[in-house]
Amino acid sequence: MKIVVPIKRVVDYNVKVRPLGDQSDVDLNNVKMSMNPFCEIAIEEAVRLKEAGTATEVIAVTVGKKDSQEQLRTALALGADRAILIECEELLEPLSIAKVLSKVIEEEDPKLVILGKQAIDGDNNQTGQMLAALLNFAQATFASKVIIEDDVAVVTREIDGGLQTIKIKLPAIVTTDLRLNEPRYASLPNIMKAKKKELDIRPIEDLEIDVSSRTELLSVELPPERQAGIKVESVEELLNKLKTEAKVIS
Amino acid sequence: MSILVIAEHDNSNLKPATLNTVAAASEISPLVHLLVAGNSCQSVTDECSAVEGVEKVLLADDVAYENQLAESIANLIKSVSSDYTHILAPATTFGKNILPRLSALLDVQQISEIIEIISEDTFKRPIYAGSCIATVKSNDSIKVITVRATAFDPVNTSGGSATVDSISAEGVSDLSSFVGEEIAKTDRPELTAASIVISGGRGMQSGDNFHLLETIADKLGAAVGASRAAVDAGFVPNDYQVGQTGKIVAPDLYIAVGISGAIQHLAGMKDSKVIVAINKDEDAPIFQVADYGLVADLFDALPELSEKL
Repeated sequence: MKIVVPIKRVVDYNVKVRPLGDQSDVDLNNVKMSMNPFCEIAIEEAVRLKEAGTATEVIAVTVGKKDSQEQLRTALALGADRAILIECEELLEPLSIAKVLSKVIEEEDPKLVILGKQAIDGDNNQTGQMLAALLNFAQATFASKVIIEDDVAVVTREIDGGLQTIKIKLPAIVTTDLRLNEPRYASLPNIMKAKKKELDIRPIEDLEIDVSSRTELLSVELPPERQAGIKVESVEELLNKLKTEAKVIS
Repeated sequence: MSILVIAEHDNSNLKPATLNTVAAASEISPLVHLLVAGNSCQSVTDECSAVEGVEKVLLADDVAYENQLAESIANLIKSVSSDYTHILAPATTFGKNILPRLSALLDVQQISEIIEIISEDTFKRPIYAGSCIATVKSNDSIKVITVRATAFDPVNTSGGSATVDSISAEGVSDLSSFVGEEIAKTDRPELTAASIVISGGRGMQSGDNFHLLETIADKLGAAVGASRAAVDAGFVPNDYQVGQTGKIVAPDLYIAVGISGAIQHLAGMKDSKVIVAINKDEDAPIFQVADYGLVADLFDALPELSEKL
């Protein structure tokens, strides 16, 4: 069974992002970039399925600038067998990314596609579901447990208020939630080995897909700042303030 | 301009986030329709037709919609989509699961988690865990949108008198099927609907210690939440999680206990009306957003708080 794992290069989750001076976009000059944390979980799940003998090959794919090779190399160091970069200078919207990925997936013909539930830059939470629609695949989003049984997957999903388990026909799309697994760190020997693995780079033009934008970013601003309040000395004083000043408890 | 709002429900009751979504829709146009897709969901339909500002309820009552699986529901919404300029759903796990699938079926770029409506095609939404707010204009002919419930005050559950149109099942898919569900049973209010939330972080040290929060929650009628750090550490299940990757809450009172205040947590609670932080580290970033900060060991402060309530 072949597994394709689409990943994304994003601003590292420890970086506090700010708007550009002219508020036209976020300021991404000289910020640290990493693999999106939910994508790490997706790679880990695919690699575990390979280690368990369920999967035979894990292919990491991304759509982005040349620099995205770094994140694909990380995916290879974490255990992916080969990688594909669809090179594109512009930042694409989720719908366009899903269209590009659907073309790659049609060519690769995997049994399973695992990807992060959202990227921590745009926080859109769309690509997996869109990809499922374009391919007419079943989808299991926000997965916390994945079991493969021949031609179906039984997936437990994190939903508001609890857990839901569904059965999906393969091929299918699974998007990862936090508790699916704990991703490993790449070891030095594996990082060295990853340098020799196959990384195929293709210009996006070759796919002949319309990736024009449907939305316009008009501005990016900081959210209204919340002012720090006061420090209270005791539980007694806290309760007093909540009752008489804030009036939120009685 | 007619707007379709997808009702979230469990076949017996309408979920409150639907009311906030109707409120957002009503800001765009007075012609708001609600789609109820479910099985034997007459009581939900009755609730929906009484909701303030709803003109019409579309009811697709069929066993195929019992568990509202994305493949079938997205196809159903698509079958009625040509009548609408906007299709909205709450940005809950329900809406987030279905709407992007619909969006791709309609060849539309969805706008996720809007917090403000500027005009019929322009919206504000948080990006980078709420570190920045983007203003985005959609040029698609149908706008597919998820709505952050806490950013819009809910409409009333009464006052409406919508007509009900039954529609037939369309595009039922057998790609996925329902196996089971484990919904946490609790007498406490739901996190996103509670007027008081008390959350614990890594400082709680263990899952067992969350009973200290639960005791207080029960006295205040509050919901119990947690930071991602507490979830990652295995103290509590993921559905407790408040933050960028969990639930977004905006109660009247939010009490953060043993939570340092990572950006990702603040993204989920900084719109609360009053924020209280209890932490023994006086430099913890949570104090920068707290209205009332108490620098104390939570294992002393919580029992005292509980006793004095």
